[in-house]
Amino acid sequence: MLLITCPHCGPRPELEFVHGGEAHIARPAQPEALNAEEWTEYLYMRANPKGLHAERWRHLHGCARFFNALRDTTTDQFVVTYKTGEARPDLKGPAA
Amino acid sequence: MQKFSAFELFKQGLNGQAGWKPQWRSPEPKAAYDAVIIGGGGHGLGAAYYLAKQHGMRNIAVLEKGWLGGGNTGRNTTIIRSNYLFDESAGLYDHSVKLWEGLSQELNYNVMFSQRGVMMLAHTVHDVQVFKRHVHANRANGVDNEWLSPEEAKAYCPPLNISDNMRYPVLGAALQRRGGTARHDAVAWGYARAADDLGVDIIENCEVTGIRRNAAGAVEAVETTKGLIRTPKIGVSAAGHTSVVLGMAGVRLPLESYPLQALVSEPIKPVFPCVVMSNTIHAYISQSDKGELVIGAGTDIYTSYTQRGGLHISQHTLEAICELFPAFRRMRMLRNWGGIVDVTPDRSPIVAKTPVPGLYVNCGWGTGGFKATPGAAHTLAWTIAKDEPHPINAPFTIERFRDGHLIDEAAAAAVAH
Repeated sequence: MLLITCPHCGPRPELEFVHGGEAHIARPAQPEALNAEEWTEYLYMRANPKGLHAERWRHLHGCARFFNALRDTTTDQFVVTYKTGEARPDLKGPAA
Repeated sequence: MQKFSAFELFKQGLNGQAGWKPQWRSPEPKAAYDAVIIGGGGHGLGAAYYLAKQHGMRNIAVLEKGWLGGGNTGRNTTIIRSNYLFDESAGLYDHSVKLWEGLSQELNYNVMFSQRGVMMLAHTVHDVQVFKRHVHANRANGVDNEWLSPEEAKAYCPPLNISDNMRYPVLGAALQRRGGTARHDAVAWGYARAADDLGVDIIENCEVTGIRRNAAGAVEAVETTKGLIRTPKIGVSAAGHTSVVLGMAGVRLPLESYPLQALVSEPIKPVFPCVVMSNTIHAYISQSDKGELVIGAGTDIYTSYTQRGGLHISQHTLEAICELFPAFRRMRMLRNWGGIVDVTPDRSPIVAKTPVPGLYVNCGWGTGGFKATPGAAHTLAWTIAKDEPHPINAPFTIERFRDGHLIDEAAAAAVAH
Protein backbone atom coordinates (compact mmCIF):
# COMPACT_ATOMS: atom_id res chain seq x y z
CA MET A 1 0.00 0.00 0.00
CA LEU A 2 1.28 3.44 -0.92
CA LEU A 3 2.01 6.07 1.70
CA ILE A 4 0.76 9.38 0.30
CA THR A 5 1.58 12.79 1.69
CA CYS A 6 -1.50 15.00 1.60
CA PRO A 7 -0.29 18.64 1.44
CA HIS A 8 -2.94 19.48 4.03
CA CYS A 9 -2.86 16.48 6.41
CA GLY A 10 0.58 14.86 6.01
CA PRO A 11 1.40 11.20 5.25
CA ARG A 12 -1.60 8.84 5.20
CA PRO A 13 -2.23 5.32 3.83
CA GLU A 14 -3.51 4.88 0.27
CA LEU A 15 -6.87 3.58 1.53
CA GLU A 16 -7.86 7.14 2.49
CA PHE A 17 -7.41 8.42 -1.07
CA VAL A 18 -8.97 8.19 -4.49
CA HIS A 19 -7.06 8.71 -7.71
CA GLY A 20 -8.24 11.59 -9.86
CA GLY A 21 -6.44 10.99 -13.16
CA GLU A 22 -4.03 13.21 -15.07
CA ALA A 23 -3.54 16.70 -13.58
CA HIS A 24 -3.43 20.11 -15.22
CA ILE A 25 -6.17 19.38 -17.77
CA ALA A 26 -8.09 22.64 -17.63
CA ARG A 27 -11.68 22.82 -18.76
CA PRO A 28 -11.72 24.98 -21.93
CA ALA A 29 -12.68 28.59 -21.24
CA GLN A 30 -14.95 28.63 -24.28
CA PRO A 31 -16.24 25.08 -24.77
CA GLU A 32 -18.54 26.12 -27.62
CA ALA A 33 -15.53 27.33 -29.63
CA LEU A 34 -13.87 23.89 -29.69
CA ASN A 35 -14.03 21.58 -32.69
CA ALA A 36 -14.44 17.80 -32.40
CA GLU A 37 -10.68 17.12 -32.33
CA GLU A 38 -10.12 19.61 -29.53
CA TRP A 39 -13.00 18.16 -27.51
CA THR A 40 -11.60 14.66 -27.99
CA GLU A 41 -8.21 15.86 -26.79
CA TYR A 42 -9.75 17.43 -23.69
CA LEU A 43 -12.13 14.60 -22.81
CA TYR A 44 -10.28 11.44 -23.75
CA MET A 45 -6.63 11.74 -24.80
CA ARG A 46 -4.13 11.11 -22.00
CA ALA A 47 -0.33 11.22 -21.77
CA ASN A 48 -0.13 7.94 -19.81
CA PRO A 49 3.65 8.38 -19.39
CA LYS A 50 6.12 5.71 -18.33
CA GLY A 51 8.02 7.86 -15.85
CA LEU A 52 7.03 11.06 -14.07
CA HIS A 53 3.27 11.58 -14.07
CA ALA A 54 1.47 14.69 -12.84
CA GLU A 55 -1.81 13.46 -11.40
CA ARG A 56 -4.68 14.47 -9.14
CA TRP A 57 -5.46 12.72 -5.87
CA ARG A 58 -8.29 13.35 -3.46
CA HIS A 59 -7.95 12.75 0.28
CA LEU A 60 -11.52 11.48 0.42
CA HIS A 61 -11.45 9.95 3.91
CA GLY A 62 -9.49 12.84 5.41
CA CYS A 63 -9.77 16.49 4.47
CA ALA A 64 -11.64 15.50 1.27
CA ARG A 65 -9.60 18.00 -0.73
CA PHE A 66 -8.03 17.49 -4.15
CA PHE A 67 -4.30 17.99 -4.61
CA ASN A 68 -1.67 17.16 -7.23
CA ALA A 69 1.31 14.84 -7.17
CA LEU A 70 4.31 13.96 -9.28
CA ARG A 71 4.75 10.19 -9.17
CA ASP A 72 7.12 7.93 -11.08
CA THR A 73 4.96 5.27 -12.76
CA THR A 74 7.94 2.92 -13.11
CA THR A 75 8.44 2.70 -9.33
CA ASP A 76 5.23 4.21 -7.86
CA GLN A 77 7.45 6.54 -5.83
CA PHE A 78 5.89 9.92 -5.03
CA VAL A 79 8.43 12.64 -5.85
CA VAL A 80 6.39 15.56 -4.57
CA THR A 81 2.80 16.49 -3.74
CA TYR A 82 1.49 20.04 -4.10
CA LYS A 83 -1.72 21.98 -3.73
CA THR A 84 -4.27 22.41 -6.49
CA GLY A 85 -3.64 25.62 -8.40
CA GLU A 86 0.13 25.50 -7.98
CA ALA A 87 2.25 24.99 -11.10
CA ARG A 88 3.81 21.61 -11.80
CA PRO A 89 7.25 21.52 -10.13
CA ASP A 90 10.07 21.53 -12.66
CA LEU A 91 11.60 18.12 -11.98
CA LYS A 92 13.20 15.75 -14.45
CA GLY A 93 13.12 12.51 -12.50
CA PRO A 94 12.83 10.92 -9.06
CA ALA A 95 14.79 12.61 -6.28
CA ALA A 96 18.02 10.65 -5.95
CA MET B 1 7.20 -28.71 -38.51
CA GLN B 2 7.27 -31.72 -36.25
CA LYS B 3 3.57 -32.61 -35.91
CA PHE B 4 2.29 -33.57 -32.49
CA SER B 5 0.21 -36.77 -32.39
CA ALA B 6 -0.22 -39.91 -30.32
CA PHE B 7 1.77 -41.82 -32.93
CA GLU B 8 4.63 -39.28 -32.82
CA LEU B 9 4.67 -39.49 -29.02
CA PHE B 10 4.91 -43.28 -29.22
CA LYS B 11 7.63 -43.13 -31.87
CA GLN B 12 9.69 -40.65 -29.85
CA GLY B 13 9.18 -42.85 -26.79
CA LEU B 14 11.10 -45.64 -28.50
CA ASN B 15 14.03 -43.24 -28.59
CA GLY B 16 13.70 -42.05 -24.98
CA GLN B 17 11.89 -38.84 -26.08
CA ALA B 18 15.26 -37.53 -27.26
CA GLY B 19 14.18 -36.62 -30.80
CA TRP B 20 12.11 -33.51 -30.14
CA LYS B 21 13.36 -30.32 -31.75
CA PRO B 22 12.88 -26.70 -30.63
CA GLN B 23 9.39 -25.57 -31.58
CA TRP B 24 10.54 -22.37 -33.25
CA ARG B 25 13.82 -20.84 -34.46
CA SER B 26 15.60 -17.96 -32.72
CA PRO B 27 16.78 -15.94 -35.73
CA GLU B 28 18.62 -12.66 -35.81
CA PRO B 29 16.53 -9.89 -37.37
CA LYS B 30 16.85 -9.23 -41.10
CA ALA B 31 17.44 -5.68 -42.37
CA ALA B 32 13.91 -5.37 -43.73
CA TYR B 33 10.51 -7.05 -43.57
CA ASP B 34 7.14 -6.59 -45.31
CA ALA B 35 5.52 -6.14 -41.91
CA VAL B 36 6.63 -6.06 -38.28
CA ILE B 37 4.47 -6.90 -35.26
CA ILE B 38 5.52 -5.27 -31.99
CA GLY B 39 4.64 -7.47 -29.03
CA GLY B 40 5.17 -11.24 -28.72
CA GLY B 41 2.15 -12.16 -26.68
CA GLY B 42 -0.80 -14.19 -27.90
CA HIS B 43 -2.30 -11.21 -29.74
CA GLY B 44 0.91 -10.33 -31.64
CA LEU B 45 1.99 -13.90 -32.42
CA GLY B 46 -1.55 -14.70 -33.52
CA ALA B 47 -1.60 -11.69 -35.84
CA ALA B 48 1.67 -12.88 -37.40
CA TYR B 49 0.21 -16.37 -37.83
CA TYR B 50 -2.93 -15.11 -39.58
CA LEU B 51 -0.91 -12.70 -41.76
CA ALA B 52 1.18 -15.64 -42.95
CA LYS B 53 -1.61 -18.20 -43.12
CA GLN B 54 -4.52 -16.22 -44.55
CA HIS B 55 -2.89 -13.24 -46.27
CA GLY B 56 0.27 -14.82 -47.68
CA MET B 57 2.65 -12.40 -45.95
CA ARG B 58 5.60 -14.64 -45.07
CA ASN B 59 8.41 -12.06 -44.85
CA ILE B 60 7.37 -10.70 -41.46
CA ALA B 61 8.73 -10.52 -37.92
CA VAL B 62 7.43 -10.40 -34.37
CA LEU B 63 9.53 -8.27 -31.99
CA GLU B 64 9.29 -9.03 -28.28
CA LYS B 65 11.23 -7.06 -25.69
CA GLY B 66 11.20 -9.91 -23.14
CA TRP B 67 10.20 -13.54 -23.67
CA LEU B 68 7.19 -14.91 -25.52
CA GLY B 69 3.98 -14.66 -23.55
CA GLY B 70 5.78 -12.99 -20.63
CA GLY B 71 3.44 -10.01 -20.49
CA ASN B 72 -0.29 -10.11 -19.98
CA THR B 73 -0.60 -13.39 -21.90
CA GLY B 74 1.17 -15.10 -19.00
CA ARG B 75 -0.37 -12.98 -16.25
CA ASN B 76 -4.13 -13.20 -16.77
CA THR B 77 -6.68 -15.57 -15.25
CA THR B 78 -7.47 -17.25 -18.61
CA ILE B 79 -11.22 -16.64 -18.59
CA ILE B 80 -12.97 -16.82 -21.97
CA ARG B 81 -16.52 -15.59 -22.58
CA SER B 82 -18.49 -13.47 -25.04
CA ASN B 83 -21.55 -12.34 -23.06
CA TYR B 84 -21.06 -8.62 -23.73
CA LEU B 85 -24.03 -6.31 -24.08
CA PHE B 86 -23.65 -4.39 -27.31
CA ASP B 87 -23.91 -5.74 -30.86
CA GLU B 88 -20.38 -4.64 -31.81
CA SER B 89 -18.89 -6.36 -28.74
CA ALA B 90 -20.92 -9.52 -29.18
CA GLY B 91 -19.62 -9.69 -32.76
CA LEU B 92 -15.98 -9.30 -31.78
CA TYR B 93 -15.90 -11.45 -28.64
CA ASP B 94 -18.02 -14.25 -30.11
CA HIS B 95 -15.78 -14.25 -33.18
CA SER B 96 -13.03 -15.08 -30.71
CA VAL B 97 -14.95 -17.84 -28.95
CA LYS B 98 -15.67 -19.48 -32.31
CA LEU B 99 -11.96 -19.36 -33.18
CA TRP B 100 -11.07 -20.77 -29.73
CA GLU B 101 -13.35 -23.74 -30.44
CA GLY B 102 -11.18 -24.87 -33.36
CA LEU B 103 -7.81 -23.51 -32.25
CA SER B 104 -6.15 -26.67 -30.92
CA GLN B 105 -6.88 -28.48 -34.21
CA GLU B 106 -5.85 -25.52 -36.34
CA LEU B 107 -2.50 -25.06 -34.59
CA ASN B 108 -1.85 -28.77 -33.90
CA TYR B 109 -1.21 -27.59 -30.35
CA ASN B 110 -3.34 -28.35 -27.32
CA VAL B 111 -4.39 -24.95 -25.95
CA MET B 112 -6.53 -26.80 -23.38
CA PHE B 113 -9.64 -24.79 -24.21
CA SER B 114 -12.22 -26.01 -21.72
CA GLN B 115 -15.82 -24.84 -22.11
CA ARG B 116 -16.71 -25.40 -18.48
CA GLY B 117 -19.09 -22.45 -18.30
CA VAL B 118 -18.75 -18.92 -16.94
CA MET B 119 -21.25 -18.00 -14.25
CA MET B 120 -21.77 -14.37 -13.20
CA LEU B 121 -23.40 -13.85 -9.83
CA ALA B 122 -26.12 -11.30 -9.13
CA HIS B 123 -26.23 -9.93 -5.57
CA THR B 124 -28.64 -7.01 -5.80
CA VAL B 125 -31.92 -6.22 -7.53
CA HIS B 126 -29.94 -4.01 -9.90
CA ASP B 127 -27.59 -6.90 -10.73
CA VAL B 128 -30.59 -9.12 -11.48
CA GLN B 129 -32.07 -6.58 -13.87
CA VAL B 130 -28.77 -5.89 -15.61
CA PHE B 131 -27.90 -9.57 -16.05
CA LYS B 132 -31.36 -10.47 -17.33
CA ARG B 133 -30.97 -7.67 -19.85
CA HIS B 134 -27.62 -9.19 -20.80
CA VAL B 135 -29.19 -12.63 -21.23
CA HIS B 136 -31.80 -11.26 -23.61
CA ALA B 137 -29.35 -9.05 -25.54
CA ASN B 138 -26.89 -11.93 -25.90
CA ARG B 139 -29.53 -14.37 -27.14
CA ALA B 140 -30.74 -11.80 -29.68
CA ASN B 141 -27.15 -11.73 -30.96
CA GLY B 142 -26.86 -15.52 -31.09
CA VAL B 143 -24.61 -15.66 -28.02
CA ASP B 144 -25.64 -18.29 -25.47
CA ASN B 145 -26.46 -17.02 -21.98
CA GLU B 146 -29.10 -18.20 -19.53
CA TRP B 147 -30.57 -17.14 -16.21
CA LEU B 148 -30.19 -19.43 -13.18
CA SER B 149 -31.93 -19.32 -9.80
CA PRO B 150 -29.65 -19.49 -6.73
CA GLU B 151 -30.47 -23.21 -6.39
CA GLU B 152 -29.62 -23.85 -10.03
CA ALA B 153 -26.38 -21.89 -9.60
CA LYS B 154 -25.49 -24.04 -6.58
CA ALA B 155 -26.25 -27.20 -8.55
CA TYR B 156 -23.89 -26.00 -11.31
CA CYS B 157 -21.18 -24.97 -8.81
CA PRO B 158 -21.54 -26.94 -5.54
CA PRO B 159 -18.96 -24.96 -3.47
CA LEU B 160 -21.07 -21.81 -3.86
CA ASN B 161 -22.60 -20.31 -0.72
CA ILE B 162 -26.22 -19.33 -1.40
CA SER B 163 -27.32 -18.83 2.21
CA ASP B 164 -29.21 -15.63 2.94
CA ASN B 165 -27.00 -14.57 5.85
CA MET B 166 -24.26 -13.16 3.60
CA ARG B 167 -23.73 -9.43 3.32
CA TYR B 168 -24.54 -9.75 -0.40
CA PRO B 169 -26.55 -12.97 -0.86
CA VAL B 170 -26.65 -14.65 -4.27
CA LEU B 171 -29.95 -13.76 -5.94
CA GLY B 172 -29.26 -15.59 -9.19
CA ALA B 173 -26.68 -15.96 -11.91
CA ALA B 174 -26.15 -15.62 -15.64
CA LEU B 175 -24.44 -18.66 -17.16
CA GLN B 176 -22.62 -18.81 -20.49
CA ARG B 177 -21.99 -22.51 -21.04
CA ARG B 178 -19.67 -21.93 -24.04
CA GLY B 179 -17.38 -19.83 -21.86
CA GLY B 180 -14.47 -21.33 -19.98
CA THR B 181 -10.70 -21.26 -19.73
CA ALA B 182 -7.61 -22.11 -21.78
CA ARG B 183 -3.92 -22.65 -21.07
CA HIS B 184 -2.40 -19.19 -21.53
CA ASP B 185 1.19 -20.19 -22.35
CA ALA B 186 0.01 -22.77 -24.86
CA VAL B 187 -1.81 -20.09 -26.83
CA ALA B 188 1.36 -18.03 -27.27
CA TRP B 189 3.51 -21.09 -27.95
CA GLY B 190 1.00 -22.64 -30.34
CA TYR B 191 0.76 -19.47 -32.42
CA ALA B 192 4.55 -19.01 -32.29
CA ARG B 193 5.23 -22.54 -33.51
CA ALA B 194 2.67 -22.31 -36.30
CA ALA B 195 3.84 -18.85 -37.39
CA ASP B 196 7.50 -19.91 -37.35
CA ASP B 197 6.60 -22.88 -39.54
CA LEU B 198 5.20 -20.42 -42.10
CA GLY B 199 8.48 -18.45 -42.12
CA VAL B 200 7.74 -15.75 -39.56
CA ASP B 201 10.85 -14.56 -37.68
CA ILE B 202 10.16 -14.42 -33.93
CA ILE B 203 12.76 -12.23 -32.25
CA GLU B 204 12.89 -12.18 -28.45
CA ASN B 205 14.84 -9.77 -26.24
CA CYS B 206 14.42 -7.11 -28.90
CA GLU B 207 12.91 -3.90 -27.57
CA VAL B 208 11.59 -1.27 -29.95
CA THR B 209 13.12 2.12 -29.08
CA GLY B 210 11.83 4.26 -31.94
CA ILE B 211 9.58 4.39 -34.99
CA ARG B 212 10.90 6.19 -38.07
CA ARG B 213 8.57 7.93 -40.51
CA ASN B 214 9.36 9.11 -44.05
CA ALA B 215 8.76 12.55 -45.56
CA ALA B 216 5.15 11.63 -46.35
CA GLY B 217 4.58 10.70 -42.71
CA ALA B 218 4.29 6.94 -43.29
CA VAL B 219 6.28 4.45 -41.21
CA GLU B 220 9.54 3.27 -42.79
CA ALA B 221 11.47 1.54 -40.00
CA VAL B 222 11.65 0.56 -36.35
CA GLU B 223 14.70 1.23 -34.20
CA THR B 224 15.38 -1.64 -31.84
CA THR B 225 17.98 -2.84 -29.35
CA LYS B 226 19.07 -5.23 -32.14
CA GLY B 227 19.43 -2.49 -34.76
CA LEU B 228 17.34 -0.76 -37.40
CA ILE B 229 14.66 -2.81 -39.18
CA ARG B 230 13.01 -1.36 -42.29
CA THR B 231 9.33 -2.06 -42.86
CA PRO B 232 6.36 -0.35 -44.52
CA LYS B 233 3.82 -1.81 -42.04
CA ILE B 234 3.86 -1.99 -38.26
CA GLY B 235 1.22 -3.67 -36.10
CA VAL B 236 1.34 -2.85 -32.39
CA SER B 237 0.03 -5.35 -29.82
CA ALA B 238 1.83 -3.98 -26.79
CA ALA B 239 -1.01 -3.97 -24.20
CA GLY B 240 -0.07 -1.75 -21.25
CA HIS B 241 2.85 -0.19 -23.15
CA THR B 242 0.82 0.87 -26.19
CA SER B 243 0.87 4.56 -25.23
CA VAL B 244 4.68 4.40 -25.02
CA VAL B 245 5.11 2.64 -28.39
CA LEU B 246 2.65 4.81 -30.30
CA GLY B 247 4.16 7.89 -28.68
CA MET B 248 7.30 7.05 -30.69
CA ALA B 249 5.26 7.75 -33.84
CA GLY B 250 3.63 10.85 -32.37
CA VAL B 251 0.21 9.25 -31.91
CA ARG B 252 -1.78 10.06 -28.77
CA LEU B 253 -4.35 7.56 -27.53
CA PRO B 254 -7.27 7.57 -25.11
CA LEU B 255 -5.53 5.01 -22.87
CA GLU B 256 -4.47 4.77 -19.25
CA SER B 257 -2.38 1.86 -17.92
CA TYR B 258 -3.31 0.26 -14.60
CA PRO B 259 -1.93 -2.66 -12.60
CA LEU B 260 -4.26 -5.67 -12.48
CA GLN B 261 -3.44 -8.38 -9.99
CA ALA B 262 -4.13 -12.09 -9.82
CA LEU B 263 -3.16 -14.87 -7.45
CA VAL B 264 -3.18 -18.65 -7.18
CA SER B 265 -3.65 -20.98 -4.24
CA GLU B 266 -1.81 -24.15 -3.36
CA PRO B 267 -2.90 -26.97 -5.71
CA ILE B 268 -5.76 -29.18 -4.54
CA LYS B 269 -7.88 -31.98 -5.97
CA PRO B 270 -10.65 -30.99 -8.41
CA VAL B 271 -13.32 -29.13 -6.45
CA PHE B 272 -14.36 -26.30 -8.71
CA PRO B 273 -16.16 -27.20 -11.96
CA CYS B 274 -16.59 -23.84 -13.68
CA VAL B 275 -15.64 -20.15 -13.67
CA VAL B 276 -17.49 -17.88 -11.22
CA MET B 277 -17.39 -14.09 -11.43
CA SER B 278 -18.90 -11.56 -9.10
CA ASN B 279 -18.85 -7.93 -10.12
CA THR B 280 -20.58 -6.58 -7.04
CA ILE B 281 -18.25 -8.07 -4.46
CA HIS B 282 -15.22 -8.00 -6.75
CA ALA B 283 -13.80 -11.42 -7.42
CA TYR B 284 -13.52 -14.15 -9.98
CA ILE B 285 -12.27 -17.68 -9.58
CA SER B 286 -11.64 -20.92 -11.43
CA GLN B 287 -9.47 -23.99 -10.88
CA SER B 288 -6.57 -24.72 -13.20
CA ASP B 289 -5.84 -28.22 -14.45
CA LYS B 290 -2.84 -28.24 -12.09
CA GLY B 291 -5.29 -27.82 -9.23
CA GLU B 292 -4.56 -24.25 -8.21
CA LEU B 293 -7.46 -21.91 -7.61
CA VAL B 294 -6.89 -18.96 -9.96
CA ILE B 295 -8.27 -15.76 -8.49
CA GLY B 296 -8.51 -12.19 -9.74
CA ALA B 297 -10.40 -8.96 -9.24
CA GLY B 298 -10.40 -5.29 -10.23
CA THR B 299 -7.45 -3.01 -10.97
CA ASP B 300 -5.51 -0.89 -8.53
CA ILE B 301 -6.75 2.70 -8.39
CA TYR B 302 -3.72 4.49 -9.89
CA THR B 303 -1.94 4.29 -13.25
CA SER B 304 1.38 2.47 -13.19
CA TYR B 305 3.88 0.40 -15.18
CA THR B 306 5.29 -1.51 -12.20
CA GLN B 307 3.53 -4.90 -12.68
CA ARG B 308 2.95 -4.97 -8.91
CA GLY B 309 0.01 -3.25 -7.23
CA GLY B 310 -0.97 -3.13 -3.56
CA LEU B 311 -1.50 -6.16 -1.34
CA HIS B 312 -4.73 -4.73 0.07
CA ILE B 313 -6.36 -5.20 -3.35
CA SER B 314 -5.65 -8.94 -3.19
CA GLN B 315 -6.85 -9.06 0.42
CA HIS B 316 -10.14 -7.44 -0.57
CA THR B 317 -10.52 -10.03 -3.33
CA LEU B 318 -9.89 -12.92 -0.95
CA GLU B 319 -12.46 -11.60 1.51
CA ALA B 320 -15.03 -11.88 -1.29
CA ILE B 321 -13.85 -15.38 -2.22
CA CYS B 322 -14.10 -16.56 1.41
CA GLU B 323 -17.63 -15.17 1.66
CA LEU B 324 -18.77 -16.88 -1.54
CA PHE B 325 -16.91 -20.15 -0.94
CA PRO B 326 -16.47 -20.71 2.81
CA ALA B 327 -14.75 -24.06 2.14
CA PHE B 328 -11.69 -22.15 0.84
CA ARG B 329 -11.17 -20.10 4.02
CA ARG B 330 -8.26 -22.19 5.28
CA MET B 331 -6.44 -22.41 1.98
CA ARG B 332 -3.09 -20.76 1.46
CA MET B 333 -2.19 -18.57 -1.48
CA LEU B 334 1.05 -19.46 -3.27
CA ARG B 335 1.78 -16.50 -5.53
CA ASN B 336 0.36 -13.17 -6.56
CA TRP B 337 1.49 -10.89 -9.35
CA GLY B 338 0.44 -7.95 -11.48
CA GLY B 339 0.15 -7.10 -15.15
CA ILE B 340 -0.32 -3.71 -16.78
CA VAL B 341 -3.61 -3.28 -18.61
CA ASP B 342 -4.45 -0.45 -21.00
CA VAL B 343 -7.93 0.86 -20.34
CA THR B 344 -10.05 2.99 -22.71
CA PRO B 345 -12.74 5.42 -21.54
CA ASP B 346 -15.54 3.15 -22.84
CA ARG B 347 -13.84 -0.12 -21.80
CA SER B 348 -13.92 -1.40 -25.37
CA PRO B 349 -10.76 -2.13 -27.36
CA ILE B 350 -9.22 -0.35 -30.32
CA VAL B 351 -8.30 -2.57 -33.30
CA ALA B 352 -7.73 -0.13 -36.10
CA LYS B 353 -5.62 1.94 -38.45
CA THR B 354 -3.96 4.95 -36.87
CA PRO B 355 -3.56 8.47 -38.34
CA VAL B 356 -0.03 7.39 -39.39
CA PRO B 357 0.01 5.48 -42.71
CA GLY B 358 1.31 1.93 -42.24
CA LEU B 359 0.82 1.94 -38.48
CA TYR B 360 -1.90 -0.30 -37.01
CA VAL B 361 -2.85 -0.79 -33.40
CA ASN B 362 -4.55 -3.45 -31.28
CA CYS B 363 -4.97 -2.11 -27.76
CA GLY B 364 -7.35 -1.01 -25.05
CA TRP B 365 -8.43 -4.51 -24.05
CA GLY B 366 -8.26 -3.44 -20.44
CA THR B 367 -8.85 -6.27 -18.00
CA GLY B 368 -10.22 -8.72 -20.57
CA GLY B 369 -7.82 -9.21 -23.46
CA PHE B 370 -6.98 -12.91 -23.12
CA LYS B 371 -10.43 -14.10 -24.14
CA ALA B 372 -10.11 -12.09 -27.34
CA THR B 373 -6.70 -13.42 -28.38
CA PRO B 374 -7.72 -15.24 -31.58
CA GLY B 375 -10.30 -12.66 -32.64
CA ALA B 376 -8.03 -9.69 -32.03
CA ALA B 377 -5.16 -11.41 -33.83
CA HIS B 378 -7.36 -12.37 -36.78
CA THR B 379 -8.91 -8.93 -37.27
CA LEU B 380 -5.59 -7.10 -36.72
CA ALA B 381 -3.95 -9.28 -39.39
CA TRP B 382 -6.82 -8.51 -41.77
CA THR B 383 -6.51 -4.77 -41.08
CA ILE B 384 -2.74 -4.81 -41.68
CA ALA B 385 -2.93 -6.90 -44.85
CA LYS B 386 -5.78 -5.03 -46.53
CA ASP B 387 -5.18 -1.58 -45.01
CA GLU B 388 -8.83 -1.54 -44.01
CA PRO B 389 -10.68 -3.13 -41.09
CA HIS B 390 -12.61 -6.39 -41.15
CA PRO B 391 -16.37 -5.70 -40.67
CA ILE B 392 -16.06 -7.22 -37.16
CA ASN B 393 -13.44 -4.74 -35.93
CA ALA B 394 -14.61 -1.78 -38.04
CA PRO B 395 -16.47 -0.11 -35.11
CA PHE B 396 -13.41 -0.33 -32.83
CA THR B 397 -11.57 2.75 -34.13
CA ILE B 398 -9.72 5.57 -32.37
CA GLU B 399 -12.05 8.03 -34.13
CA ARG B 400 -15.11 6.69 -32.29
CA PHE B 401 -14.17 8.94 -29.37
CA ARG B 402 -14.20 12.00 -31.64
CA ASP B 403 -17.42 10.98 -33.38
CA GLY B 404 -19.31 9.94 -30.28
CA HIS B 405 -19.81 6.33 -31.36
CA LEU B 406 -18.67 4.87 -28.06
CA ILE B 407 -19.17 1.17 -27.39
CA ASP B 408 -19.82 1.76 -23.77
CA GLU B 409 -19.19 -1.54 -22.03
CA ALA B 410 -17.92 0.31 -18.94
CA ALA B 411 -21.05 -0.65 -17.05
CA ALA B 412 -22.01 -3.51 -19.29
CA ALA B 413 -18.80 -5.55 -19.37
CA ALA B 414 -20.06 -7.16 -16.18
CA VAL B 415 -16.67 -7.03 -14.52
CA ALA B 416 -15.18 -4.50 -12.18
CA HIS B 417 -12.82 -2.02 -13.80
